[in-house]
Amino acid sequence: MAVATRSVQRTRWIKLQVFRYITFAAAAVFFLVPIGAMLEFSTRGNTGERTLAYWQSIFSYPDLIDFNFGPAPDAAINASLELALITSVVMLVLLVPTMVWVRLKLPHLSRLVEFICLLPLTIPAIVLVVGLFPMYIWLGTNLSDSILTLAFAYVVLVLPYCYRALDAGLGGIDVKTLSEAARSLGASWFAVMWRVIVPNISNAILNATLLSVALVLGEYTIANNLLYNNLQVELVHLGRANAGVSIAVAVASLLFAFLLLVLLAFIGGRPRRARPEAATALAGPLAASQT
Amino acid sequence: MTERSGVEVRLENLVRRYGAVTALDGLSLTLAPGELVALLGPSGCGKTTALRLLAGLEEADEGRIVVAGKDVTGLPANRRNIGMVFQAYSLFPHMVAWENVAFGLQMRRVGTAERKKRALETLELVGLGRLANRYANQLSGGQQQRVALARALAIRPQVLLLDEPLSALDAKVRARLRDEIRRIQLEVGITTLFVTHDQEEALAIADRVGVMQAGKLEQLGSPVMVYSRPATPFVADFVGLTNRIKGIVRGGAIDIRGASIPLVDPTSADGPAVALIRPEAVTLTSDGAMEAGPLVGTVIAVAFLGATSRVTVDLGDTTVLAQVATSAASQNPAGSKVRLTLRPDPVLIQREEAAPTAS
Repeated sequence: MAVATRSVQRTRWIKLQVFRYITFAAAAVFFLVPIGAMLEFSTRGNTGERTLAYWQSIFSYPDLIDFNFGPAPDAAINASLELALITSVVMLVLLVPTMVWVRLKLPHLSRLVEFICLLPLTIPAIVLVVGLFPMYIWLGTNLSDSILTLAFAYVVLVLPYCYRALDAGLGGIDVKTLSEAARSLGASWFAVMWRVIVPNISNAILNATLLSVALVLGEYTIANNLLYNNLQVELVHLGRANAGVSIAVAVASLLFAFLLLVLLAFIGGRPRRARPEAATALAGPLAASQT
Repeated sequence: MTERSGVEVRLENLVRRYGAVTALDGLSLTLAPGELVALLGPSGCGKTTALRLLAGLEEADEGRIVVAGKDVTGLPANRRNIGMVFQAYSLFPHMVAWENVAFGLQMRRVGTAERKKRALETLELVGLGRLANRYANQLSGGQQQRVALARALAIRPQVLLLDEPLSALDAKVRARLRDEIRRIQLEVGITTLFVTHDQEEALAIADRVGVMQAGKLEQLGSPVMVYSRPATPFVADFVGLTNRIKGIVRGGAIDIRGASIPLVDPTSADGPAVALIRPEAVTLTSDGAMEAGPLVGTVIAVAFLGATSRVTVDLGDTTVLAQVATSAASQNPAGSKVRLTLRPDPVLIQREEAAPTAS
């Protein structure tokens, strides 16, 4: 009887393993074949020879990349990277304290905040552009016409994804008790956020940041329609003039996102282990009792 | 051992409302320096609200909170110097035990070496020196609450607040940690307010017990006084088990099935009433062939409690609980006839038409 049960369990386990490998292989093929094809295309010359000319020439396009990182970047990659940074920072500064405050003091507003944050998901980017256009005309006339002003629109665009990631992180800890414990120990609200909440939702913050960076690096519609030149807009322009370089940059941006993911896995995935016991010299008679 | 160095704490006429619900309805309570007062009551009676107002985690709608002669009613929680242990596990998950304990010292800008030394000393006080480098998820529930206690004590607070810190622990650990808390409280000499719904816990460790109901303090007194001389029927009901037996009040005593028992309030008006009698005030006798009588009944259940047993006796129209020595209970198994004797201690009465059952 027991042998038969074990046999059935083993058969199920094998089936499950086979299913896992097939699913993994299918997903890998789905993602890797187009990237492989892009890599292949971007490393072939006009006569079919293997060459890195397209990759090397990326730096010869001043509209694509230069070394001017500042408040008014000229090159598309610089602009997109700066936008990704600004969007991520503004999103975190705006969203984390708001979400914590709503959980602590205004829980009855949580549904409303969720609704507002998820709203951009339901509005197509092109409709957003129609609404944003007059605002950007005013911004360009009265404040600044820098491409970095796109960060305002991008913060709205990334809200739904970042809200979900942060909400999952905050749901994993007892925000109220931890905050009250910290307050009773003398922590200011800033210290509560910075020393207690943020370290405990670091994975969620990394996830939200990654999502926001990926979204900003891949954004085309808003930038193009508001007549700004970010990475994706420049890629389309470049694709018309030099498809090889355009594809090389696209592969590079994909690799950049992949690197971010790997970093996330390494930084966020570290398990907590007890530190060496030798660090503390004092030991009590009841220390080992498991009460 | 019991050098008391705590401060006086006064809660004066505290009122706290949540919309239409009044959670605290004019609570006044004074804790003497170094005293441990337990607030006891059912869920929703306002005991945790009182604690949170004292901690500064909520604001009072009316009333004053005075700690060591200073009015702290308007002070935020982080400026009150009050340590608190929470019902839920509240250790910071990203810090090891000693870092948790040192957190309050860090907020007070104590130097790194000094705060580590003090954190380890305080962990030693709660018997967890060797586990100083463990994260919360590597500690048992009891250990986590002891670290939380150390964390609250490390800042050398004026007052210690314990919000049902043992409720998530199993019975054996609860009893051990309860005694541990009392030992440490006496050793440190800190004024402590302990909130619990567990009467055994409150009676076991408190200098005084306050029983609350519907936002008000029903009785405040020593554990012995609260148990043996409950001020109101609610206290009698809530603290310990109580038999409710119908009788007739006549001249400052109540006649229960032929037995006359004096009243706590001898000026009570004559007439029908329900007497509230503790199970330990009921004794059993069985002397062979038992004749029928008003206090003769049949044992229907015997619950073994260790040194004592609780015997349920059916008197026909009501049941009565008697708590007697296990040796005496063993002579009266279920089904046997017994005669009840009511100890003539003064009892409380209730006037409403209550069903005559044991509660």
